[in-house]
Amino acid sequence: MSTLRKKLVMVGNGMAGVRAIEHLLKLAPEAYEITIFGAEPHPNYNRIMLSSVLAGGASMNDIIINDLEWYHSNGIRLYTGHTVTSIDTRQKTVYTDKGIEASYDELILATGSNPFMLPLPGAEKEGVIAFRDIKDTQIMQETAKTHRKALVIGGGLLGLEAARGLLHLGMEVSVVHIHEYIMERQLDEAASVMLRKELEEQGMKFLLKKQSEAILGKKRVKGLLFADGEIAEADLIVMAVGIKPNVELARKSGIEINRGIIVNDYMETNTPGVYSVGECAEHRGIAYGLVAPLYEQGAVLAKRLAGVQTEGYAGSITSTKLKVSGVDVFSAGQFTEQPGSRALRYQDEIEGVYKKLVIKDDKLVGAVLFGDTGDGAQLFSMIKNNENIKGMEKELLLGVSSDALASPKGNRLEAMADDEIICGCNGVSKGAIAEAIQSGGCTSVGAIKACTKASASCGGCKPLVEGLLQIYAGDNAVTVKEGICGCTTLGRDEIVAEIKRMELKTVKEVMNVLDWSNDEGCAKCRPSLNYYLGMLWPEEYIDEKESRFTNERYHANIQKDGTYSVVPRIYGGVTTPADLIKIAEVAAKFDVPMVKFTGGQRLDLLGVKKEDLPKMWEELDMPSGHAYGKTLRTVKTCVGSTFCRFGTQDAIGMGIRLEKAFERLNTPAKVKLAVSGCPRNCAEATIKDFGVVAIDGGWELHIGGNGGVHVRATDLLCVVKTDDEVLEWASAFLQYYRENAGWNERTAQWVERVGLDSIKQALDDREERLALKERIEATLRLTSDPWKQIVNEPELRKNFEPISQPETV
Amino acid sequence: MTKMLVGNVNEIDIKGSRKLLVGNTEIALFRLTTGEVLAVENKCPHKGGALSEGMVCGSRVHCPLHDWRVDLHSGNVLAPDTGHVTTYEVEIDPESGHIYLTL
Ligand SMILES: Cc1cc2nc3c(=O)[nH]c(=O)nc-3n(C[C@H](O)[C@H](O)[C@H](O)COP(=O)(O)OP(=O)(O)OC[C@H]3O[C@@H](n4cnc5c(N)ncnc54)[C@H](O)[C@@H]3O)c2cc1C
Ligand code: SF4
Ligand code: FES
Repeated sequence: MSTLRKKLVMVGNGMAGVRAIEHLLKLAPEAYEITIFGAEPHPNYNRIMLSSVLAGGASMNDIIINDLEWYHSNGIRLYTGHTVTSIDTRQKTVYTDKGIEASYDELILATGSNPFMLPLPGAEKEGVIAFRDIKDTQIMQETAKTHRKALVIGGGLLGLEAARGLLHLGMEVSVVHIHEYIMERQLDEAASVMLRKELEEQGMKFLLKKQSEAILGKKRVKGLLFADGEIAEADLIVMAVGIKPNVELARKSGIEINRGIIVNDYMETNTPGVYSVGECAEHRGIAYGLVAPLYEQGAVLAKRLAGVQTEGYAGSITSTKLKVSGVDVFSAGQFTEQPGSRALRYQDEIEGVYKKLVIKDDKLVGAVLFGDTGDGAQLFSMIKNNENIKGMEKELLLGVSSDALASPKGNRLEAMADDEIICGCNGVSKGAIAEAIQSGGCTSVGAIKACTKASASCGGCKPLVEGLLQIYAGDNAVTVKEGICGCTTLGRDEIVAEIKRMELKTVKEVMNVLDWSNDEGCAKCRPSLNYYLGMLWPEEYIDEKESRFTNERYHANIQKDGTYSVVPRIYGGVTTPADLIKIAEVAAKFDVPMVKFTGGQRLDLLGVKKEDLPKMWEELDMPSGHAYGKTLRTVKTCVGSTFCRFGTQDAIGMGIRLEKAFERLNTPAKVKLAVSGCPRNCAEATIKDFGVVAIDGGWELHIGGNGGVHVRATDLLCVVKTDDEVLEWASAFLQYYRENAGWNERTAQWVERVGLDSIKQALDDREERLALKERIEATLRLTSDPWKQIVNEPELRKNFEPISQPETV
Repeated sequence: MTKMLVGNVNEIDIKGSRKLLVGNTEIALFRLTTGEVLAVENKCPHKGGALSEGMVCGSRVHCPLHDWRVDLHSGNVLAPDTGHVTTYEVEIDPESGHIYLTL
């Protein structure tokens, strides 16, 4: 039977070629007898991830795409460590350096490219390498064990990734770049400068506008001499200045080449029966150096070889992301301005965010993002699809509101071709994700990630993966509950139900009984379990302070420089001259660098050293404002009928009453209240978790508002007549929220998730309301002021001070 | 290399930490559930967050500023982030509970 099969030989066992073969096997599994020659001694691996291997994010094993078993079970004859040295295109035979010959009916050249090595004197010295394959990666890892100083020549994508990896390996790293700013081929100057600053903070050094002249050293490299006469010391030099298509074999064999091997839209060379894909191929004058276009080429070639009708390959628009942790950079398309195009920019130096959109004829043609690349995938897809964005410019620049784009996004994803790459980092196509969902049974982003590696590296494509999940898994995707964190597959409701059913009483017990995968959990599940246990067993449960986030352990807000901020409670925003004097005196005594009014009508003493916290609280002798916790924050009030000429009710009095009632309450997320004395609503009560607005003869009660990232106005819960009723409903609402929301879920998200009606229904029955009120009061009775407690208990207080003075022994 | 007596194990809460200043370097001491005491430089490789203030989970600490995770044994930052903090040798006298730090 096998004699009926045509013989397909491929030279090069890299990413593009093997991808084409994978495709071909799906389309026509029986059509060919396949032989692959690869010069590297490894099965097919993900070259992109070498950066992650170097940076410690992956092991060599993680990056194998197809292991030897895969070749075997697909009947592919694989020769690793064999270099094809010549091709006889008339006899249709290839010859290798190890004396093997193989005849073919069809031949694919997928020889990739070679790193470009600067022809500097001394470039042959030991310790001068490129960054291209496993061998280079291993040399870097070995060198880092015995040497300190590394120089990377080339401040492009590859050079920076190499440099980041070397930093991770503990080397001192300088990047030498000829241009005046780095990544000039992907970024404009503004973004580039921000990137450089960020990398400098990580410890990278830069030598810009430097022309390398010679590599110094005897046998092994010692340093690099520049044209300006300066010298930089180095024990290792990595050249990452570019690649050139590997066309040597094709050239020798008489196949037409230019910079790369010239191919038409069907990846055919000028020689019958010989095709080329990947970095070695030149299509319409372009040789690509990123996987996404190469995979598109592979898909076309596979169809051609399988005899399936297909449109030709028409070239690609590319996008790039830097795979360096802590830095988000994205660029796509035509990102520099040309005559006829205009650019919109948004730059926030404080947050380190930069965004630039290049628009031509009302279409998005390019984008550069720095700092926040969340919109990258979406923008890239708009660029590729040539969408008209007239009227949407501002929205796109300032952040895409998902509602506004929800429907076009769905359509766009559906219309996208199967070959199109969704995850550029790992080269995962839409088709592969669809298959993982449809036949692989993946029903969550996590499962898709595990199965295809999509979104496993930079995560920029996650919104698209989520979109595909919606399309292909539909309701299944929605019903599959993701665990509350990576330590468990159980969702919030399951956990709470199990805690109740088995009467679990400690965090540790929950983790043991419910089979946590990490012994001691993580910073996500520990605080949530602590909250659920405290909510369910208010009397018995002993709060586990080590499972609380820093702010709640030290009862002050940790700030970016490690100092804290102290906010005493000021009920309803009302204070007294005596209290103000006290606050002022304490602030002066402890050299508080800044005193500021908060958005919730209180005083924030910022920049306090941790050691000073207990002393300050002691001197203030005021209750904690809990400005740091998942708890009741402030109750904002307007002047109300006390002074205001419009006020119909006593907003201040109501605010103080609510604040006193609920202070110190633990809640799933922070909770803010406000009371306005009339519908003019000066206290902005309709963007609070619970808002109270006075009307003539009563109060309107509002819920689920939020003034944060996604502003949400409240929904009206009900209208009541008396002050006591306000308390009753507020208690019931807060307790119902405490019992039913997920940890870290604000009321705004919660109301949207469960629906206003379900909440109204639950609270409508007076008896139920009173039961909820009773439960919240029982919990509140057990609270105490944390500042006082710490001031009085040496065992807690010690943690604010450095451990004893070290004595040399 | 100097060896210093820096305190007693019972001065550190389990899953808690204390810090101290040696020269110009701030060092964080952690006490794990296993009883081990580990010491690292009190400075997250990301933006310098004080690791001593972070949550201790097993032998990892979560930086309080942006939740990077550092393995306290090796000093390595866990994926997906990358980086390294200096670790220091700690010895505990099993009898007295004295903590000795070498650096
Ligand atoms: C460190 C690093 C990071 C990268 N990061 C990204 C990224 O984030 N995103 C992205 O899109 N791209 C990235 N790339 C580029 C991407 O890896 C390449 O575009 C892709 O691997 C090219 O695939 P290919 O099949 O054309 O070539 P290769 O994968 O290089 O495969 C060619 C293979 O052919 C073999 N070969 C050559 N000649 C012969 C011969 N005569 N006989 C036998 N075998 C031969 C070679 O040994 C090689 O194994 C990165 C590259 C590197 C090195
Ligand atoms: S909301 Fe009404 S009562 Fe309150 S300050 Fe404004 S106008 Fe006056
Ligand atoms: S400073 Fe530690 S995570 Fe950012």
